[in-house]
Amino acid sequence: MFLEKNLTKPVPLAGGGDRKAFRWLAVLAAFRAWLFLAILLATFEIWARVAYGGTFVFNPLNVKSIALFTVTPLLLGLGQTFVIISGGIDLSVGFTMGLSAVVTAHVYNWAAQFGNSGISLLVAVAAGLGVAVVPGLINGLLIADLRVPPFIGTLGMYGVARGVAFLLAKGTTVPVQGGLLGQIGNGETLGFPNLVLLTIAIILGMHYLLSQTRYGQHIYAIGGNVNAALRAGINVRNNTIALYILSALTAACAGIFYTAKFSAGAAQAGEPVLLDSIAAVVIGGASLFGGSGTIIGTIIGALIVAVIQYGLVFVNVEPFWQFVAVGVVIIISVLVDQIQKGARK
Amino acid sequence: MNASNKDPLLDLEHISKRFGGLQALKDVSLTLYPGEVLALAGDNGAGKSTLIKTISGVHKPDTGTIKYCGKVIHLETPHQARDAGIETIYQDLAIADNLDVGGNVFLGRETVKRIFGLPFVDRRGMRQEALETLKDLDIHIQHPESPLRSLSGGQRQSVAIGRAIHWKARVLIMDEPTAALGVPEQRKVMEIIEKLKKSGVGVIFISHNLNDIFQVSDRILVLRRGEKVGERLISQTNHDEVVRLMVAG
Repeated sequence: MFLEKNLTKPVPLAGGGDRKAFRWLAVLAAFRAWLFLAILLATFEIWARVAYGGTFVFNPLNVKSIALFTVTPLLLGLGQTFVIISGGIDLSVGFTMGLSAVVTAHVYNWAAQFGNSGISLLVAVAAGLGVAVVPGLINGLLIADLRVPPFIGTLGMYGVARGVAFLLAKGTTVPVQGGLLGQIGNGETLGFPNLVLLTIAIILGMHYLLSQTRYGQHIYAIGGNVNAALRAGINVRNNTIALYILSALTAACAGIFYTAKFSAGAAQAGEPVLLDSIAAVVIGGASLFGGSGTIIGTIIGALIVAVIQYGLVFVNVEPFWQFVAVGVVIIISVLVDQIQKGARK
Repeated sequence: MNASNKDPLLDLEHISKRFGGLQALKDVSLTLYPGEVLALAGDNGAGKSTLIKTISGVHKPDTGTIKYCGKVIHLETPHQARDAGIETIYQDLAIADNLDVGGNVFLGRETVKRIFGLPFVDRRGMRQEALETLKDLDIHIQHPESPLRSLSGGQRQSVAIGRAIHWKARVLIMDEPTAALGVPEQRKVMEIIEKLKKSGVGVIFISHNLNDIFQVSDRILVLRRGEKVGERLISQTNHDEVVRLMVAG
């Protein structure tokens, strides 16, 4: 039993024929992300066959590349899904990711003195995660205790994390010396890129947390009706703080992965990905008003963004069209949601 | 109904409450018996809200005592009141309409199943238990797996009542429960109140609609400017007298 079944299921109605259009809209809205993905894949497949006589979807190299393309926006999007379901938003994740990437690189280099790359790795990962708790906690306190609107609070933190990350990196990238981090970041296990496998593990954890635990249930309740949640005795304050820490932690994972993949930490690592991650969540069916959204939806959303970006390059379209395409998909996605909500009333 | 030979569920004695210069309640006493519906009537600002908020732990009285099941209690928070079995159904429905029936009835008190030691929210179990409670109140939900936003206002109201009953509320405070509902749904809520009465719950019922009050209540207590200006058995009064008490004392 997954919660998303309950949440995305078209709303049943005891209605006559005039409700038929509404019913179709509901089905369309519930599965719009899957539909988009299918249409995109089909389009690129036909395009590749007609223009190059090759295949797009059935080329393992493409699949692997898209999977790797998906990792960063998806990781940012996982935490963002929780935040958006609660009715908030976290704009700081892009630079929290950069901050973690830079700190991971610095600490990894510093820990080289212990002469054991395993220890270096552990210390660096712990530092990368640990440093992200700071912006996450501050975001949470600002929003839960000081009633700062999430958009403003995390926008402020976006600036702070950005500045601190660039200061720590002295305005440049921080190269990593030594092998283990790079080996993990670029290696494969059983033919699957390590970073993709690690991301899948994180996805499973986040999906479980959101759809199967009391914490996840409370996040939906907070997003659905915060007064009901309060009256039911749910600790909205602590849950909210935990949300923003969780969001910062998934961003930190993206930062650590970045440093592992490129053997260098960069403050701007997450900058171009922030909007992609929010796009992934929204395309995946989450409402910016809170109360709905799923991890599976966000995965599909992130795949859609990645397929657009990679696919357009693959079929040799000017890369700037990808911004247009992603933008159009976001707008259509939100429109379908609005129309369906309107029809319900 | 002859309630006087039972022990009262709730006994408020000489409650007063002042907000700055406003005397919101002045020496109000109230008794509620099990299986009884007590209506609170009064014009806007008469003190109805303050009175029920005092009973439900939102406000602390300046003077006076509250006895619940024979014992003096001091309610510090609405939470304590609810844990004790005093539940309020608010006009603005305290339900999360993106969750299903089970999720709402068990909101904040979700049950979990363990699978290999990992806790999993027991959606099916919660839904079944919730539906059973609702069935006892003669409430039937057509699509129990759907989020509550797909239900009518009356059905959502019923779920809120069902939640209170599921958690063994003994005193149920209903603030304008029919205000936002259509006529058939109002009737349904009235039926539910009759059911609650039979099961021994004490109901405090606030309504602007005297017809509703006369239909389900056993007694009526009229407030005016924070004071109790009259208390009548429904069987021994009529609309005119109640209105006279409300406006003129």
